[in-house]
Amino acid sequence: MKITAQRKNKELRKWGLIKALLLLLCFFASPSPAAETALKKASLIPLWSPQAQFAGYYVALDKGIFARHGIDLTILKAGPGHSPVEALQNSKADFAVLWLTTALQRRSAGVKLVNLAQTIQRSSMMLIAKKTSGIKTVADMNGRKVGMWGGDLSIPPRTLFVEQGIKVQEVLQTHTVNLFLRGGIDVASAMWYNEYHTILNSGYDPEELSVFSLNEQGMNFPEDGIYTLLKTLRKDPALAGSFVAASLEGWRYAFDHPDEALDIVIKYMREAQIPANRIHQKWMLDRMRDLFRPGAGGDKPGILRKQDYEAVGRAMIKAGLIRSCPAYDDFIGRSNAGEK
Amino acid sequence: MPGKNSIVIKLVLVISLCSALIFAVTLGYNYYSSRVILEQELEANARNLAMSLVYRVETELVAVTGVTEGLARSLENGRYSERELLSLIRSTVEKNPGIYGSGVAFEPDALGTSFRLYAPFYYRDKGKITFIRLENSYQYVPYLYWDWYQIPRELGRMEWSEPYFDEGAGNILMSTCSVPFYGESSGTKKLRGVVKADISIDSLTELVSSVKILKTGYAALLSRNGMVLAHPLKDAVMNETFFSMAEANNDPAMRKLGQKMIRGESGFVLYKSLMGVTSWMYYAPIRSTGWTLAVVFPEAELLENVRRLSMTMAVMGFVGVLLLIAAVVYVASTITKPLRLLAAATDELASGNFDVELPQVRSQDEVGVLAHDFQVMKESLKEYIKNLTETTAAKERIQSELKVATDIQASLLPRLFPAFPDRPEFDIFASMDPAKEVGGDFYDFFFIDETNLCFLIADVSDKGVPAALYMMVAKTLLKSEGQRLGEPDRILSCVNNILALENDSSMFATVFCAILNTKTGEVRFANAGHNPPLIMDSRGTRYLVLQPGFVLGPMPDVVYAAERIILQPGDTLFLYTDGVTEAQNREEELYGAPRLLDALQRAPREDLAEMIHYIRAEVKQHAGGAPQSDDVTMVAVKYRGITAG
Repeated sequence: MKITAQRKNKELRKWGLIKALLLLLCFFASPSPAAETALKKASLIPLWSPQAQFAGYYVALDKGIFARHGIDLTILKAGPGHSPVEALQNSKADFAVLWLTTALQRRSAGVKLVNLAQTIQRSSMMLIAKKTSGIKTVADMNGRKVGMWGGDLSIPPRTLFVEQGIKVQEVLQTHTVNLFLRGGIDVASAMWYNEYHTILNSGYDPEELSVFSLNEQGMNFPEDGIYTLLKTLRKDPALAGSFVAASLEGWRYAFDHPDEALDIVIKYMREAQIPANRIHQKWMLDRMRDLFRPGAGGDKPGILRKQDYEAVGRAMIKAGLIRSCPAYDDFIGRSNAGEK
Repeated sequence: MPGKNSIVIKLVLVISLCSALIFAVTLGYNYYSSRVILEQELEANARNLAMSLVYRVETELVAVTGVTEGLARSLENGRYSERELLSLIRSTVEKNPGIYGSGVAFEPDALGTSFRLYAPFYYRDKGKITFIRLENSYQYVPYLYWDWYQIPRELGRMEWSEPYFDEGAGNILMSTCSVPFYGESSGTKKLRGVVKADISIDSLTELVSSVKILKTGYAALLSRNGMVLAHPLKDAVMNETFFSMAEANNDPAMRKLGQKMIRGESGFVLYKSLMGVTSWMYYAPIRSTGWTLAVVFPEAELLENVRRLSMTMAVMGFVGVLLLIAAVVYVASTITKPLRLLAAATDELASGNFDVELPQVRSQDEVGVLAHDFQVMKESLKEYIKNLTETTAAKERIQSELKVATDIQASLLPRLFPAFPDRPEFDIFASMDPAKEVGGDFYDFFFIDETNLCFLIADVSDKGVPAALYMMVAKTLLKSEGQRLGEPDRILSCVNNILALENDSSMFATVFCAILNTKTGEVRFANAGHNPPLIMDSRGTRYLVLQPGFVLGPMPDVVYAAERIILQPGDTLFLYTDGVTEAQNREEELYGAPRLLDALQRAPREDLAEMIHYIRAEVKQHAGGAPQSDDVTMVAVKYRGITAG
C-alpha cells in the first residue's frame, strides 16, 4: 500500500509553488498582520508518505495556517528511500517528524537535534500474532519468527525482548503484512493506527488475534515528535515557534473537522499517487486523536513530559541502544511556542 | 338512471370486483412463482458463469504456475552457466504470452561465499523483451524483502503474491508466482533462491470486467486479502478491501460474507452490493491464488422481464375487466330494460289503471315469460275487476233493498213504548234484534176487544228474506185470525191450516200465543212448539210448564191445547225466542235456559224496558263479540191489575 511515484515529486513541488504564490496573493489582499511581512520559507519531512498520521501538517498547509503564522511551508516527499533524519542532517529539511527513540539514538550518535513538540504521547506499536499460533504472552514469542521493521522502528520491540529476556527469530518486515497473513512469520510488527487496521480489513477479526500493545507491555515510548537541528533553532527561534504553533493548530483543526481533514489528506495521497482508502485514513485519524492526548489529565498537547523522556532514555541505555542520554532541558527546544 | 340498488350496479360491482380479485391473485401468484423459478435457475446460471470464469482465470494461472515450477526444478536439477540461465529465463518469457516477466532471484550466499545479490529478470516492455537486474532496479528495498521473495522463502513453497504495483521491475500492477528452489550444501537442503513469474493483473481483470450481466450486473475479483481487483467501482480497485467497504457501510453481515469468500468457500447469496443495489451473487474461489470470483445479478434487472410481463398482464387484465364491465352493463341493461318498463307499467297497473299498455318483450327468456304472464294477469285482473264491479253493484242494490225490507219489517212490529199509555193495568215491552238485515222472529200484541190483549212471539224457521216473507204472512194471519177468533188454540189451529195449505217450501214457525184478560189477570195461551216462557210471580221466577204443541206450517189439522194461568198484579210473563238461549260465544257455548233464568232473577223487575235491556246486555256479554247467529227477540208483559181510579 505504500507506493511512491517519483515523478509526482516534481508536480508536488510545482503545486506547492503555485499554492505558495496563491497564498501570497491572498495575503496581499487581506489585512492580516502576517501579510505585512514576507513569508519565511521552511520545509518539513514527515516520517512517511502522506497519510492521516500527518493530518495536522497537511491540514495546516491546506487551510493556510502555516501561512498565517508567517511560514511558506513545503512538505517534502517522504516514504521509502527518504530518511527524515538524513534530510534534517543534510539540511534538506528544516523540520522533521521523528520518533523519540530515533531522535535519541541520533543525538547519541552526535546529531544535534532537538525536540520542538511531542505529538504522539505514547507508543502505538503492537506485536500481533494469530491465536492459532499459540502465542499468548510475549514470552511465548521466544524462538518464533517475528517480523521486525528495519531501522529505528525495531528499537521498541527489541527493547521489550531484552527486557523479557527472550530471543526471537527476527525476519525483516517491510511495508505489507502479507508475510504475516500468509503465515511466513508468527508475529508481526504493527502500528495501532495502520497495520492493525489493515489486518482487520484483510478479514481477520480482533478475536482471532493476540495483540500485544507495547504501551501495555511497559514500553511506553512516545513516538512522533517535531524535531529540528539545534543550529536551525538557534538561527531563527521564532520560525521554530511559529512552526510548532501552526502544526498544533493544524492538528486541532483536523480533529475538530475530521471529514475535511480526511478530504485534505486523501487529496495529498492522490497527488503522491498513493492508494487512498478513506475508511483506513479515518481509522488512522481517530487513533491519532487517541494518541495525541492519551492522558486523562489536562496536559497540554505537544509537550514531551520529562518523566516519559527519562524513562525512554533509561530503557534504551539498558538495552544498549544508546550509551548516554542528554539532559531533558538540552533535548527540548526551549523556543517552543506552545510552552508559553 | 339506475339507482344504487339497481341490478346493473350490483352486477357490475360483484362481477368486476370478483374478476379483479381473481385476476390480482392469479397475477400475484404468477409473479411469485416466476420469481422463485427464476431464482432457482439463476443459481445454476450464476454458478455456471462463475465456474466458467474461474476456469478461464485458473487456466492461465495454472499454466504460469507450471512454467515457474518447471524452471525451478530445472535449476535444482541442472547446472547452468550464467548465459544458459539468462537464455532459459528469456525463452520462458518469450514462449509464454501469459507471463509478463520472469526472473530468478538468488539468496545472497547462493553464488559463492561472498555476499552478493543477483537477480536477472526479463519482462515485456512495450512489446520488447527487456532485461534488467532486480538487485539494481529495486531502489529502496532489496528484492530479498519483497513479498514475492520473502513469503515463499519463509513458507518453503510456491506462492502467488497479493497483487502489487511493482515499481522497479515492470512498473505495472501484477501478481507474482514464486517458487523457491533448493540445492545441496554439505548434505543439507539449502534455499538457493526464488524463481518468479509475473502476470499482469490488468489483462486478467479485463477478462473479468468484460463479462456483462444484464444491464448493470458484473463480475468481480477479490484477492486473498479481500482486496478489490476487478469491480465496476474503479475507485475501489486496488484501494478498498471487501472489509474496508463493509466497515464504511457499517455492515457486519458484509464482513462475514467477505470472510467466507476469502476462506475459499463458494455460495449464492442475496445481498446489498457495494453500489447499494440488492443483488444475487454467486462467489467461488480461484484455488491457485486463493482469490475469489463473484458474479453479481442485480435483482431488479433480473426480475425486470417478470415485472414487465406482470405489468403487461396487469394492463391486459385491467382492460379485460373494463370490457367485462361493459359487457355486464350491456347484458344487464338488456335484461333489466324490459323489467324496468314492466315495473313502470305495473306501477301504473297497481294504481288501478288496467288500460296501461305493457311493454312488448320479444325475447323468449325468463323476462319474456314474465312479461307475457303480466299481460295475462292484467287481462284477468281487468276481467275480474269488471265482474267484481258488476257484482258489487248488484249486491249494493240488494243491500239497499234489504235495508228497505228491514225498515218495513221493523215498522211491522209495534215499536212504540209504552204501547198503551191509557191502560195502566198492564205493561208490555218487546224488542227484536235481527241477525241479518231481515229476520224470521217477530212479536205482536193487540186488543181483541176492550179487555182482552192478545200478545204473541214467533220464530220462523230459517233466516233472511224467505223467513221474513214467511213471517209477514204468519204475522198478518195471526193478527187477523186473532182478532176474529179470540182464543189462542183456535187462532193457532186456524193459522196452521192456512199456512199448511200452500207450504211448498216446507217452512214453519214456532208461536207462543196468549190472551190477557186485563180485568181478571187471566192469561189463556196456546203453544206451537215455542220455547216455554218464564213467569215471575210471588213464587219466584220459573219456566212455565206447558203442552208442547206442533209447529205451524208443515201439516194441517193440528190441534193445540188451550191452557190458562191467572196473573196476580205484579206478576210478569217473559217470552223469548231461541236466539236468546242459543246465543253462542266464541267457544260455541250456548247461553242456555238456566243462565236466562238466573239472569231474570237478577234483572230489574219494575221497568220492563230495563229488564229486557238487561237480558240483552247479558246475552251480548255472553257472546263476547261472536257474531249473532240468530234473531234475538224478547217480550215481557207485566200485569198490574185494576186500580181504583
